[in-house]
Amino acid sequence: MRYLPLTPSDRQAMLGVIGAQSIDDLFVDVPAHAQLDGPIPGLPNHASEMAVERHFSELARQNMTASHNPFFLGAGAYKHHVPASVDHIIQRGEFLTAYTPYQPEIAQGTLQMLFEFQTQVARLFGCDVANASMYDGSTACWEAIGMAGRITKRTKALLSSGLHPHYVSVAKTMAQYTGDTLDIKLPELSAQTDSARLLAAIDGETSCVVVQYPDILGRIEDMSAIAAKAHEHGALLIAVVTEPVALGAIKAPGDMGADIVVGEGQSLGVGLQFGGPYVGLFACKEKFVRQMPGRLCGETVDAQGKRGFVLTLSTREQHIRREKATSNICTNSGLCALAFSIHLTLLGEKGLRGLAELNHGLAVQAADRLSQIAGVELVNDAFFNEFTLKLPKEARPVVRALADRKVLGGVSLGRLYPEADALANGLVVAVTEVATKEDVETFAAALQEVLA
Amino acid sequence: MSTINQSGWKPEMGSAGDTGPATYTGNKALMLEEALIFEIGTSGTTGVDLADAPKVTSRLGNLARHRDIGLPGLSEPETVRHYTRLSRQNYAIDLGFFPLGSCTMKHNPRLNEKVARMEGFADVHPLQPVETVQGALAVIHDLAHWLVTLTGMKAVAMSPKAGAHGELCGILAIRAALTARGDARSVILCPESAHGTNPATAAFAGYAVENIPATSEGRVDLAALKARLGPDVAGVMITNPNTCGLFERDMREISDAVHAAGGYVYCDGANFNAIVGRVRPGDLGVDAMHINLHKTFSTPHGGGGPGSGPVVLSEALAPYAPLPFVDKDGDHYRLVEEETTGTHHGASFGRMVAFHGQMGMFTRALAYIMSHGADGLRQVAEDAVLNANYLLRSLEDVLEAPFAHSGPCMHEALFSDNGLAEGFSTLDIAKGLIDEGYHPMTVYFPLVVHGAMLVEPTETESKATLDQFIGAMRSVAERAKSGDPALKSAPHHAPRRRLDETQAARKPVLVWREPEQAVAAE
Repeated sequence: MRYLPLTPSDRQAMLGVIGAQSIDDLFVDVPAHAQLDGPIPGLPNHASEMAVERHFSELARQNMTASHNPFFLGAGAYKHHVPASVDHIIQRGEFLTAYTPYQPEIAQGTLQMLFEFQTQVARLFGCDVANASMYDGSTACWEAIGMAGRITKRTKALLSSGLHPHYVSVAKTMAQYTGDTLDIKLPELSAQTDSARLLAAIDGETSCVVVQYPDILGRIEDMSAIAAKAHEHGALLIAVVTEPVALGAIKAPGDMGADIVVGEGQSLGVGLQFGGPYVGLFACKEKFVRQMPGRLCGETVDAQGKRGFVLTLSTREQHIRREKATSNICTNSGLCALAFSIHLTLLGEKGLRGLAELNHGLAVQAADRLSQIAGVELVNDAFFNEFTLKLPKEARPVVRALADRKVLGGVSLGRLYPEADALANGLVVAVTEVATKEDVETFAAALQEVLA
Repeated sequence: MSTINQSGWKPEMGSAGDTGPATYTGNKALMLEEALIFEIGTSGTTGVDLADAPKVTSRLGNLARHRDIGLPGLSEPETVRHYTRLSRQNYAIDLGFFPLGSCTMKHNPRLNEKVARMEGFADVHPLQPVETVQGALAVIHDLAHWLVTLTGMKAVAMSPKAGAHGELCGILAIRAALTARGDARSVILCPESAHGTNPATAAFAGYAVENIPATSEGRVDLAALKARLGPDVAGVMITNPNTCGLFERDMREISDAVHAAGGYVYCDGANFNAIVGRVRPGDLGVDAMHINLHKTFSTPHGGGGPGSGPVVLSEALAPYAPLPFVDKDGDHYRLVEEETTGTHHGASFGRMVAFHGQMGMFTRALAYIMSHGADGLRQVAEDAVLNANYLLRSLEDVLEAPFAHSGPCMHEALFSDNGLAEGFSTLDIAKGLIDEGYHPMTVYFPLVVHGAMLVEPTETESKATLDQFIGAMRSVAERAKSGDPALKSAPHHAPRRRLDETQAARKPVLVWREPEQAVAAE
């Protein structure tokens, strides 16, 4: 067994030191009825590295990949080119096989990286502070709603209809148990968001308004008026960003008055990975820092006065506060945060702006091209790299038919909102720097054929 | 010198604390200081070459960004060097022994990394049509099959993102089951020795948390537990093997009593590594248990995540499992995403995350599981327990082992700080071990033991590694017992000396600011 270094003679010698006759002596506290005599029946025995690798290669071949087909899916997970050095660095054993940096003298690498990550996220979102990451965007969003409840001591959250439906579902699940009430609504296939509804609904009982930016249909809208109205009534604005690359082109939510900004960091450094692991981003105004969930890294000095970093403000956390903690979260998404941070360091201000400009330009061209197809209508007025098309027929079977033609042509609203007939013809299309002009043409031709 | 440790390699050491003359750079040969990206990068530098953007009329509404973001960039060579230098300030399993109790820091096979990076898994989108991701769904389905079979349970929820998230899944399933039968209960019982996530989770789900007392042996007090059970108790959360490193002998009786009182049994599966392949929690009456794939099944800890926490469920709780999950019809894998799809999933308590869980961890864990197979996993548990008992018996004469009389330990050995010199504590032993080239054990947990030191070797350590560690631990323990002042200021040889955590918490500096701004913000 290649991962087990003990030899039979080691085992015998060690049993001797322990004073045990056999390994069974060490399991005497397990009642006899619960002891298994041998390997569990029906499961295969050990396999060589080569055999396991072949098995996975076979399964991997059965999947249609983003890199080898024209690819236009988004809706909360985006395909961007990740520089080779990102994956090289995160595979260094000192990052990959390290533990949570609870012993800071021998974890400055992870801690300094987290401090840099927190600063990058705070700046990108236009906030004062950020934490060391959450599981993903959807759980970060729910945690933000919970945090707003703690700050305002209110329980009514207003969710924009443009919030990712999975994020809404997660919030609904959690709200069943925490006594929060959620004001929710389905989106409409229209260039108009429901900000008028949100503005009208904010009152003295509202804890927070949650707005996604760009939203699930790719629409972007200024949130300043919502922020102002929320603040007037003592409520908070939570902004949700599922495509952080957008913030290289459009204003930061914090600059429009958002109090808490959360997001999904997957699009930088992490990759698609069939949905996870991803990295939740979480930033807010400085005055709310003690109500934040999750790990925080802070600067300090060592006994000789040298700058160093530690995990801090842990009196908010479960391992100290137990049932009074701000969240039950224990882990963060450290290695994905590292990938995000490296990619953003490689890009820098100049690269992120360039990447955003490139994405937007390609998306505009693709939107114009696709909406030339008979019966296809562009829903959005404003968008970044993702937009919604209204098709002349139900989009979900269209997406499957496109896949038969080796085109991964977006996410149907039927997949995201299976019960909403009014949305069934909507197709959300994301266009990033990986889509070539030929890919767009192939997509357009296939779509035309499928719709004909 | 103990006779036990003769085979442990003991290098010739230089004189402690000899750090040589100061250098111009502050570097010390291979120990390299590294500035922050904000101090070395510039906004005009980038390490990425991009195509020119096409000339189009902007559709950004009036939202185009004008203010600088403030993101420094580095060229590719500078980037690689920056992070490589940072990496060298980290301890890691690849470097050495990491006996962190309850955290199961075992070797991370590189085959796992290779399969997780295969394009067919790493480069597929979670919302692709299911016909285009059959191989990916097969991985989830296969792993689910292994997990329910190894635990003897009915079903598994794959989507929880980490152990604590899995705990929440289990408690929400319990709450959903109680709600379904119109039984509003308000209390969850947890032992004092529980992980902090247990009470935090129960509280988050709206339950009051009460402690279950322990016996002097370090196990749950069955009589006291039975006395407390009643119509207000929704369930118990028990870690088994527990955080004192002991198997809960009365687990079946505990489960039966809880069930008889109408409650459910949550088992914290953080320590499943000790029993995998030898004991099925389902045989002990457990209703829900999370499995930390990053512990038992060797997915990397990554400096604090990502984790993955699938939850196995009993027949009683299976109908309430969260969405989505993978089903198989003949040769075809289906992804059940909506509550209304299929009547037999109508009782699900809902969705816990966007998409389907930690796919990248599923591939890694399955590669590990298949490599070991049913026979190898059993050996994993046996070697993990053997290694822990070897450490316990080799150290119990120098460190107090409060539960050494309670039977063999399972995967970890627990010591206390009783008997150290005046003014010396567990922390000093931990920092002394750093100088010896080890990551310290888990300290001050569980809370039931004064100055707890929880040592978990795992099965992937050789006898020679354990012997050297035993020698080092004995040496450091003797120094703490004799009051060696140099130990109070350890570590002396790490990239940093002890850090001022009080200052960090009193005046939190959580982001970098330009020096003049930093002063203004005071």
